Amino acid sequence: MSATLQNLVNQPYKHGFVTSIESDVAPKGLNEDTIRMISAKKKEPEWLLEFRLKSYEAWLKMEEPAWPNVHYPKIDFQAISYYAAPKQKPKLKSMDEVDPELLRTFEKLGVPLHERMALAGVAVDVIFDSVSVATTYKHKLAEVGIIFCSMSEAVLDHPELVKKYLGTVIPPSDNFYAALNSAVFTDGSFCYIPKGVKCPMDLSTYFRINTEESGQFERTMIIAEEGSSVSYLEGCTAPAFSSNQLHAAVVELVALDNADIKYSTVQNWYAGDENGVGGIYNFVTKRGLAKGVNSRISWTQVETGSAITWKYPSCVLLGDNSVGEFYSVAVTNHYQQADTGTKMIHIGKNTRSTIVSKGISAGHSNNSYRGLVKIAPSATGARNYSQCDSMLVGHQSGAHTFPYIQVANNSSQVEHEASTSKIGEDQLFYFAQRGINAEAAVSMIINGFCKDVFQQLPMEFAVEATALLSFKLEGSVG
Amino acid sequence: MIYKDSKILLEVRGLCANVSGTEILKGLDLTVRSGEIHAIMGPNGSGKSTFSKILAGHSAYEVTGGTVMFEGQNLLELAPEERARAGVFLAFQYPIEIPGVGNSQFLRLTYNTVQTHRGKEELDPLEFDDYVREKMKLLEMSPDFLERSVNEGFSGGEKKRNEILQMAMLDPRLAILDETDSGLDIDALRIVANGVNQLANKDNAIVLVTHYQRLLNYIVPDYVHVMEAGRIIKTGGKELAFELESRGYDWVGVEHKATARATA
Repeated sequence: MSATLQNLVNQPYKHGFVTSIESDVAPKGLNEDTIRMISAKKKEPEWLLEFRLKSYEAWLKMEEPAWPNVHYPKIDFQAISYYAAPKQKPKLKSMDEVDPELLRTFEKLGVPLHERMALAGVAVDVIFDSVSVATTYKHKLAEVGIIFCSMSEAVLDHPELVKKYLGTVIPPSDNFYAALNSAVFTDGSFCYIPKGVKCPMDLSTYFRINTEESGQFERTMIIAEEGSSVSYLEGCTAPAFSSNQLHAAVVELVALDNADIKYSTVQNWYAGDENGVGGIYNFVTKRGLAKGVNSRISWTQVETGSAITWKYPSCVLLGDNSVGEFYSVAVTNHYQQADTGTKMIHIGKNTRSTIVSKGISAGHSNNSYRGLVKIAPSATGARNYSQCDSMLVGHQSGAHTFPYIQVANNSSQVEHEASTSKIGEDQLFYFAQRGINAEAAVSMIINGFCKDVFQQLPMEFAVEATALLSFKLEGSVG
Repeated sequence: MIYKDSKILLEVRGLCANVSGTEILKGLDLTVRSGEIHAIMGPNGSGKSTFSKILAGHSAYEVTGGTVMFEGQNLLELAPEERARAGVFLAFQYPIEIPGVGNSQFLRLTYNTVQTHRGKEELDPLEFDDYVREKMKLLEMSPDFLERSVNEGFSGGEKKRNEILQMAMLDPRLAILDETDSGLDIDALRIVANGVNQLANKDNAIVLVTHYQRLLNYIVPDYVHVMEAGRIIKTGGKELAFELESRGYDWVGVEHKATARATA
């Protein structure tokens, strides 16, 4: 049985291929000139260049965080190219004008764009390397006043909005990788939902890293005005490279009075091979500011890829009665390392937060949950409920939980529950005795374990996530 | 029931097996024909449960000698899931809990897997729901069984009923019931036994592994075998069970040794 399981676990990365689209790649290295070059390439206004340069200055004085429970060789930040864009073409008016090679890439990934648009009614803002190639459904969204475009376009077309919010949730000095991103970010998505508008469809972005050794520094921002709501989907796959790629994204969300933002991620970047060679370093800063009263920010993530994950989608609950949610499934296999969790910062009165984290570790991997629940003195009546479950597959993986709870208001209520379980040989034997092979059994057990999180995903994402987990993880038991 | 000229379902010859280096089975012989109900009795540690797990293909046991033929196939060559699909069913002594996996989802997957193997149509969730609810009536199970996780938080009796429910669904050729009576109160025992009796027919066979004669009041065996030290040392009809109940097991071993000496 063990041999079969071993084979299942060692399936190669399904999405491993490189598309041969010509890239416009900046020379390796980072200095002020690189930043000026990026800013000039993108025809940015002066204030944004200033923002970048200040961030760079801050970054130079900062040190890489050493506290995460992950281990990797020191990154040479001068060995990275900070800009890569597919060769610029004239602005595209329709999908027909998109590079057919690019469309084929999406098809290989199982994301037939036109079909997706037609069938699912999802607006896909396609990010290919660092430049947005096509934005769909833009006009339909524009009719209700929703802005959904690339960050670069937003900078040119809606500078007042970008200027008002950029860096307000995650200041450049927040942490080492946020500072780096603030200095060199190339593109990302920008969403603005006006007052009272319920976004009529899920907004979706597919990221894809395509150029070897090119760092990816996405910058995404979602602003939900009073009484508005939006659901945003982010999905990622990447080709199989043998050398590590750095990815340091920043995502900022702002929800004003009575606004609701739901942000869902399925992450399946190249995790390295079965010996832990290669794979992407995923150092992401995501934070939502529930600024207005009764506002709500909800993060759902399914993290299956990357060699190293360092990611804590957080909520700052500033408005009274605001709500923060974090639902997470993190899967590690082979030699993957994940240190992920959330921060719930309660500031407003009667703020509520829910944390549901499911960590699955297989192979030689290490999976850590790290979460902070902080109740400020002002947060009268605040409540938090946290549930952190870990599942071990096989004998050589590790699961760790690092909960931090800081309570400064005695009218608040904080609950934390945790469990650890293991897929055992006896469970698999029970399935086998009913005719079910190990692969199907593991998939069923894992999906059962993750049910509470998958329920939070939009329908088509839930299906995708289930398939992805089955594919990623057919236990190394025995 | 013993039928004339019924065909052999299971034929075990000289079966020897180890678990982590300790020899548990030491030359076990057993022949089971279709239509028959066999009871295997014996003291703790005689190898009864080991035998049932080996038939199902548990990887913790190493078969070191002998043969097991099931409907003309070498059972030992098949993976556990292949044995199940071929019609070997084991009702576990301690059915394991599988948190998070819904019972109805699990039952449907196992049912459809086995059906597919038999070249039959799978049932969609709605059709399956009707099918399984019908089977549940046989065991007087409440419909909320379907909503719960597999065996999670089930009482001992509920777990055993869930096992027999699966037997009813999967319609095996050979059902091995490993101490199905343990942990059952008298009402549950009656319900489970009644279910098993209704499932017994001339094309299948049932092997009951049990300590006590109590179960055999409800499911009447055609043969009773006594196991000791990894072998079947005595075989008789249902009346042997009564004798064991009143006299215990020791005399069988003594008698067996005496016979062995006499023939030596």
